[in-house]
Parts: sequence; C-alpha cells; structure tokens
Amino acid sequence: MKKIILYAAFGMLLFGAACTQEKKLPIYGDREAKITKDANGNEKIDTVYKTIPNFKFLNQDSVEVTQDAFNNKIYVADFFFTSCTTICPVMHRNMKTIYDKYKGNQNVMFLSHTIDFKYDKPSVLKKYAQKLGVDVSQWQFLYGDKAAVYGLAEKDYLVAVQEDNAATDGYVHQGWLVLVDKHKRIRGAYDGTKTEEVEKLKSDMDILLAEKD
Amino acid sequence: MVVYTFFLTAIAIVINACQSASEIEMAKYLSNGKDIYIARCQNCHGANGEGLGELAPPLTDTVFLKVNKQKLACYIKNGANEPMQIHGKTYQEKMPAFKDLHDIDIAQVLVYVTNSFGNQQGMYTYEQVAKDLQNCK
Repeated sequence: MKKIILYAAFGMLLFGAACTQEKKLPIYGDREAKITKDANGNEKIDTVYKTIPNFKFLNQDSVEVTQDAFNNKIYVADFFFTSCTTICPVMHRNMKTIYDKYKGNQNVMFLSHTIDFKYDKPSVLKKYAQKLGVDVSQWQFLYGDKAAVYGLAEKDYLVAVQEDNAATDGYVHQGWLVLVDKHKRIRGAYDGTKTEEVEKLKSDMDILLAEKD
Repeated sequence: MVVYTFFLTAIAIVINACQSASEIEMAKYLSNGKDIYIARCQNCHGANGEGLGELAPPLTDTVFLKVNKQKLACYIKNGANEPMQIHGKTYQEKMPAFKDLHDIDIAQVLVYVTNSFGNQQGMYTYEQVAKDLQNCK
C-alpha cells in the first residue's frame, strides 16, 4: 500500500513538473519562411520575424540616437506629445510606475516618440522629462520629422497616429505601450491608460526578461 | 409658557431640518463632484490628488486652495497659465480650460477637491461660482 502511494506521489510530481513549463509571450507581426543553406550545403528553413527597423532621431539631450542604444535590451515604446492633455498624462503616469519597477535595470529601457514635430524639439522634451522626473538615459525621449516618426508608428509599431486640427490638442493617437524584445520583435501591446493592462505589461516584462534567446 | 415652548421646539425642528437638507446637498455635490473629477481632472492630478511630477501640481496644499478659493473656478473654466506656488514649489505648466463645464459642475468638482485629499473646507455653491467667474482676470 505504501508503495502505491509513493508511486502515485512520484507520478504527480512528474506531471506537475511537466505542467510548469515556462510561459512564453507571442511574437507579433508578419513572418516569412526563408530557406538558407549551411556550410555543408544542407537546406534549412528559418522563420524571419518582423522587426523594428533602424532609426535615427534626436533625444532630449540633442544627441543622435539609433537602435544601437537598445541593443540586447527589452524596451517599452510609446507615442505621445508634450502638450497633450487627453491620454498622455495618464499613460506616462502609468509608464512611470513601470520605470520605477525597473529603474537601474541594465536590460530594460523606455522610449517615448513625440508625434508633435512642430513644437516638441529636444529642449522641450528635456524640460518635459525633467518635470516628469525621468530625465535619465534609461528613458529616451526622441524627436524626428513627421514622415519618419509617423511611418515607424504605423508600419512598424502598429500604433495609429495622426495630425488632426479638429482634435483637442491637434493630434490623435493611440495609447499603446509596445513591448519589444532583444531581437527588436514586438511581443505585446498594452493600453497605457488602463492600470490593469499596465500590471499585465509588468508581469509580461518579467517573463520576457527570463526568456532564453 | 406652552406657546413659548412650542415656538422653541418649532425653531429647533426648522434648524434641524435645514441642517440635514444642507448635508444632503453637500453629499450630492461630493458624489457628483467625484464623478466629474474622475472624468476630467484625474488624468493629470491623480486619483489621490497627488499631481504628476512637476507637470501637474498636487491638490493637497490646503493653504493654497483656501487662499485662492475665489480663483479656483477661473482656473477650471478658463485654464491657467501663471506660475503657482504649491507646497513651496513652483509649477508653471499650462492648465487647459474646461469651457464646457457649467457653474454647477465647477461647484461640485470644487466641493469634491476642497473636501478630499486631506482638505476640509466645506460647501461652495454654484451661485458663488457665478460670482467668482465674473471676477476672473
């Protein structure tokens, strides 16, 4: 009898271990299969995922920033503008709680693109970052021309942004916080105006940080 | 003597009734004010009136609220674009105007703000809002 119970216990342990396999975040965007040949001439099929293309913008210190700044890091990106009074304050209030959680973590960065190409020059972004209390290299505020930023938003981050003179502050945009992994792939998008989605983002970031390449 | 007692009792009843009527009015202002606050103010000033960095001031400086009470309606209706000293810190970001809020809305949200977040400044009627709005700069 004792033996049976012991076997049963082992069985359950094994079963339990199998069920606790690590959680993985989905990879978003179009993908394609690419056939490559290795050194021996054997054909191999690779999946090519959609990635965020390289960019070159000025940050809040008027320093040119490219994707190199985000190499081997996961990051949270959003689109905003400093004079926005609708969804931006709450988005950045929430984003700041994420920053507070990962403050000083070398593997995590934050990236806010302004969509106000007329007014949000680097000096304006600098002031905004200081007043939000996050003027650090871990959180980059980037300024670029309209075509580059809007193209990046819509084609690559899949966030809708638009100039609209009828809107309260002259622009409309979506409040997504986009999670990007070390390979520049989008792994999640969360409504930055909702605290419960922001909490989900935080726990997903922990999963992504624990992920082996 | 009986008449006298009756008279006093009547006065007592009236005072008592008035008090609870004003208490009900106050409760109405508070609960409507809270809804307006959540919809229009919380975005920048926070769920607990804590503000947002130096971008939006906290609403917890009771002295400021008291001293500037007659200006508060103007700030809401017309926006604000002057530096303000709050908790000894200077805030100078622009506050947007909320033109669509009626006097009663402004009164209710002000009653909520000035009686929450550690403030306790009592009633502020919509008639007073109308008066204060006439003196906006």
